[in-house]
Amino acid sequence: MIIASRKPIDEIKGFIAGSGRILIVGCRGCVTVCNSGGAKEVEILASLLRLDAMKGGAKLTADECTLERQCDPEYVDGFAPRLAEGYGAVLSMACPIGPQYLAERFPSEKVYPALNACFMGGALAHGVWAERCQACGDCVVHLFAGLCPVSRCAKSLLNGPCGGSAEGKCEVSGETDCVWHLIVERMEAAGTIGELATPRPLKDWRTSRDGGPRKIVREELVR
Amino acid sequence: MPDHPPTEPRSPAPPGPGPFEPRVIAFCCQYCAYSAADMAGSMRLQYPSNVEIVLVPCTGRFDAILALKALEGGADGVYAAGCLEGSCHFLDGNVRARKRVTHLKKELESVGVDPGRVEMYNLSASQGPRFAEIAREFSGRIAELGPGPASRSKPPG
Repeated sequence: MIIASRKPIDEIKGFIAGSGRILIVGCRGCVTVCNSGGAKEVEILASLLRLDAMKGGAKLTADECTLERQCDPEYVDGFAPRLAEGYGAVLSMACPIGPQYLAERFPSEKVYPALNACFMGGALAHGVWAERCQACGDCVVHLFAGLCPVSRCAKSLLNGPCGGSAEGKCEVSGETDCVWHLIVERMEAAGTIGELATPRPLKDWRTSRDGGPRKIVREELVR
Repeated sequence: MPDHPPTEPRSPAPPGPGPFEPRVIAFCCQYCAYSAADMAGSMRLQYPSNVEIVLVPCTGRFDAILALKALEGGADGVYAAGCLEGSCHFLDGNVRARKRVTHLKKELESVGVDPGRVEMYNLSASQGPRFAEIAREFSGRIAELGPGPASRSKPPG
C-alpha cells in the first residue's frame, strides 16, 4: 500500500488561511490502513483546525467526509453534491493521487493535499511501516530470497553488497538493515547462496520511472 | 504547574462574572480511577465539583478525538486516569493511553493550545485520596491556564 503521513499543521493552516468554511476529505484506501487519512484522521485534523481557529476567537466550519477511494473516478464523481455546499478550500487526506483526481474532476475548487506520500510498503508492527517496493516495473524478488534490493538497498544494487555494509547495517543509516546482508543470510540458510555467484546483468530501467509516467490499459476491462 | 512552556496567551479575565471555574473532563477507567472516585466520595474527601467524570471500560478506550471533542465542546482541560502501569485489566490499555496523550500534547501544541490541558494519570482503585488530589491538582493547573479554546471563542457575557 501507499504509506503517507500528514503534512505539518502549519503548512495545512497556510492552505486554508482566509477560508471560513473548508471540507476535509478522507480516503478509505491505503491511508486508512496506515492511519494517516481515514475517517478518524479526518476527524482529528478537523478538530485541531477548529480549535486553532477558536483559540484566536474565530470560527471555522470544517466539514468532514471520507470517500471509498479518491483514486477512482467512480467515487469521486459521486462527491459532486457535497461540493455544491461551497467551500473556500478542500483538503484531501488521501495520498497525493486523491487531490489530483478531485482537482481534475472539480476544477473550480481549491484542492490541497494534506498528506505527503512517503513510499510503498507494509507494516512491520502496529504503527511502524517500511518501504518494500519502488515500482520498478520488473519484479526480481524471487531472485533474492524474497527480498527486494531495488527498494531496500540505498543504491538499488543487484550485485551487492557494497563496501558500505557493516555488521548488517547500511552506511546510509545505522538503523537501516543492509538488504544484501539479509539476502546473503537468507540464501545461505536456504542453501541457494551459489545462485549469487552469477552476476546479474544490468537492469532495464525503462519499465521504471526512467521511461516517464506509466500507464496500463487492460482492454478486456475497458468499457 | 504544567511541565510545558505555555503556548497560549493567558486570558486577561474569565469570560463570565466571578472567578474562573474550569470545566474538566476526566476519562476514568472502571477498574481503578472510577472506583477510586467512589472511594473518595465514601471517604467524604473534597475535590473540585467541576471535574466531570466519564466512565470508560479501560483507558485503552481513550482516544485523541475524545479529548479534542471535549475541548471543542467547551472543556478547559481533559485527563485520562487509568490503572497503575503493569496492573491494567486489559494488559496495556493504560500504556497505550499514555502514548496517545503524549502524542495529543504535541498535536495541541502544534495549533497553539497549551499541551498542559491534557494529561494522563495512573492510580489504583484503593487510592481515593490520590483521586481527589489529582482532581485538585489538574483543576488548579487549568484554572491557572485560563479558559480553553472553546470558551475563548464565545462572545463575552
